[in-house]
Amino acid sequence: MSTLPMERKNSSLVSILTRNQDEILAEWLKEMTSATRRSDLIKDSELRNECAEFLQRMKTALEANTNFESAAWDRVREMLVDVSRKRAMQGFTPTETAMFIFSAKRPLFTQIRRTFKDSAEGIADATWSATELLDAMGLYTTEFYQKSREEIIKRQQEDMLELSTPVVKLWDGILALPIIGTLDSARTQVVMESLLQAIVETNSKVAIIDITGVPTVDTVVAQHLLKTVTAARLMGADCIISGVRPQIAQTIVHLGINLMDITTKASLAAAFKVALDRTGFEFAKGEKK
Amino acid sequence: MEKIPILRMGDFLLVTIQVDMHDRLAMALQEDLTQMISVTEAHGVLIDISSLEIVDSFIGRMLGNIAAMSRVLDAHTVVVGMQPAVAITLVELGLSLPGVRTALNVDAGMELLRSSVNGSRESNDGSIH
Repeated sequence: MSTLPMERKNSSLVSILTRNQDEILAEWLKEMTSATRRSDLIKDSELRNECAEFLQRMKTALEANTNFESAAWDRVREMLVDVSRKRAMQGFTPTETAMFIFSAKRPLFTQIRRTFKDSAEGIADATWSATELLDAMGLYTTEFYQKSREEIIKRQQEDMLELSTPVVKLWDGILALPIIGTLDSARTQVVMESLLQAIVETNSKVAIIDITGVPTVDTVVAQHLLKTVTAARLMGADCIISGVRPQIAQTIVHLGINLMDITTKASLAAAFKVALDRTGFEFAKGEKK
Repeated sequence: MEKIPILRMGDFLLVTIQVDMHDRLAMALQEDLTQMISVTEAHGVLIDISSLEIVDSFIGRMLGNIAAMSRVLDAHTVVVGMQPAVAITLVELGLSLPGVRTALNVDAGMELLRSSVNGSRESNDGSIH
């Protein structure tokens, strides 16, 4: 394969872009407006800047070569990543994001047709290389849109993990950790770490782990609970497990899990009373004046 | 060679581990401490490991051993100030140190030692009279 035709097509695209940049930009914007323009999500001026910047970068890259993977296109790829990430965060759909690129086809092809006029071969060649490029860019944009969405989902998962394990201080030296939802290994790790960290920070002697919100306790969950209690004990804090529901008590016994060394209470109130006892506090009902 | 100092505070011995433990240092500590307990006739040992950030199974077992040895020599042992990461590591290694008593800080540890030493002294007195 000779490189000569490639060079020619390439330079023709550059010249088309250079000569008709403003026209292409205007038509492109119009195209986007009619197709998938989301004026509620992005401002006109912002979109205009984005498109102009993109055309500029594309032109610079085209001057080097038409290989989208090559280093000359770094700046274009950079911009596409940026655009799709922004779109993903703003709540654009994948189609709307991809249309950013694909809606450039019509204005570009119009210019190609106008430039080559009678040369059918020239039109076909230039259109082909332009299509190839735009498709590659469109796919690239979609891929990064997908990646950004996945990143967002992952971050939200992490947030949920953090949010769902609050450690609360009930009294001087008494902490409570209400667990809601199923305990798996990853969550137990977070629970354990945040509880132990809180024990150190607040200098607490007693920690109550409330499992009212845990739907089921199997051997794995029990194992995790035992680990947490043991770790707290190693640091010098007592752990009480509260909120053991009747079904859970039955399951624990049926599974043959030994929780003998741990203080367990049916309700958080009962556990709190034990905790007050251990820390030397006492509640008395006072007479009202 | 570096050495972990053992301080005497009245009836108790105070050990503060402030360097990363390696096996030989741990063995030396075990040696020194048992020696010290028998010489001073101490009734309690307080080991502060709040600056210890890395443990392995050997160090974990050594902590348990020291407690057991002190017990034989009639001294209570309290380990204080264990870091969360260290606690998690020990649990993951399956070392729950069942014979070791723990406290959050030196203050709480001292109190625990005092009360357990007093308790055992009273029961000893009772058996003599």
